[in-house]
Amino acid sequence: EAYADLQPSDFSTEEKLTTYESITSYNNFYEFGTDKESPSALAADFPDRSKPWMITVDGECDKPGQYDYNELIKTQTLEERIYRLRCVEGWSMVIPWVGFPLAEVLKQAQPNSKAKFVEFTTLYDPEQMPGQRRRVLDWPYREGLRMDEAMHPLTLLAVGLYGREMPGQNGAPIRLVVPWKYGFKSIKSIVRIRFVEEMPLTAWVQANAGEYGFYSNVNPDVNHPRWSQRRERRIGEFLKRETLMFNGYGDEVAELYSGMDLKRYF
Amino acid sequence: MQKHITSLKRLVFIISLLPLSWLIYALLTDQLGANPIEAVTRDTGVWALRFIMVTLLISPLRKLTGINQFIRFRRMLGLFAFFYASVHMLLYLGMDQFFDVHEIWLDIVKRPFITIGFISFVLLIPLTITSTDKMMKRLGGRRWKKLHYLIYLIVVLSCVHFYMLVKQDKTEPLIYLLITFLLLGFRLFIQHRRNQSTAL
Repeated sequence: EAYADLQPSDFSTEEKLTTYESITSYNNFYEFGTDKESPSALAADFPDRSKPWMITVDGECDKPGQYDYNELIKTQTLEERIYRLRCVEGWSMVIPWVGFPLAEVLKQAQPNSKAKFVEFTTLYDPEQMPGQRRRVLDWPYREGLRMDEAMHPLTLLAVGLYGREMPGQNGAPIRLVVPWKYGFKSIKSIVRIRFVEEMPLTAWVQANAGEYGFYSNVNPDVNHPRWSQRRERRIGEFLKRETLMFNGYGDEVAELYSGMDLKRYF
Repeated sequence: MQKHITSLKRLVFIISLLPLSWLIYALLTDQLGANPIEAVTRDTGVWALRFIMVTLLISPLRKLTGINQFIRFRRMLGLFAFFYASVHMLLYLGMDQFFDVHEIWLDIVKRPFITIGFISFVLLIPLTITSTDKMMKRLGGRRWKKLHYLIYLIVVLSCVHFYMLVKQDKTEPLIYLLITFLLLGFRLFIQHRRNQSTAL
């Protein structure tokens, strides 16, 4: 199914798009297996569209609620946002997402003064997500953003790509996209958004806090303990290219981190 | 018998080239997915490890079957291990680092999994150089054998290299580690039995 009347965005890059084929066949989505090919092989029909997809918004807010996915997107103006995506493994893509700012949903819930962070949770359903039958991570997958990061206009809730409905392997029906952070921060198949006071324990920090930090901003000067982050292979290109600070979104987001030691808060 | 061995050797040679042939074919026909260079680098590394393990399987096979002729294939399989390891290494040096000596050096000193992989490759070099009959004679059987015990260290280092580069799901490298322990454990077992029988 295709989306019509998508608003273009000033935040979009004009770089060459990664092909639809590559974006939908080279995926990290451990809920469907830990190799790159399993998600596209196993998630083609995910999620079961005959069942409603409910998203809970709760925690430190005045108007918590449960949203039906189909109802939720009817109330939003969908945009096309062409973003770079940089994976922590050292590869990158340029993806034309379809979505709307996360801030729209957050504002509706009216977070209170205790809301310092936002925690996101992926569906837990080993029936539909066979990768969850093995404890590779402590399921369900959880991610988090600081309140100002979550409210930032670049931060997107994406419901599709290339003008079409979100493919299962890319995190259908609704996922986060935070383009200045490593890809794993952009949690897929979200069922819960929760305002919290303390920094949430994310799935990757829990799995290996020495290698994956809460912030995980793209940063060529802070290497992963096991590999360099200086360069990346843009999918479809032969040679590697230099990785940019904040994945090239420094003008928009650097001020969020002014005064922070990014080597310590990696 | 000699004739059979020669034609069998030819067959093993061709089979040993199949992984590379497949990779080249798949690369040219765009069957390696969205990140083909990563795929070829990874696969040639895994094939190097597999060939190392096959050379380590020769002795147990001889002992278990009593067929000594297996040893006739070991040198060739070992050279293929070095061959695949070299392609793996060249892909890393060229396609990952563009032969940037400074970057490569930083990688080797700063990142343990690169360090270990690098050591493992370097240790294969003397084994390759001394693989000829001439070198074997020159070193003398005992010294040659001693030198080639390095392969035990190499196989363990290679498995550790594999284990360390995997992000989270360690199943595959653990399988290789397990096979390595079986291959080395078999030798310890034989050694132990031999010691016991001489003690008697």
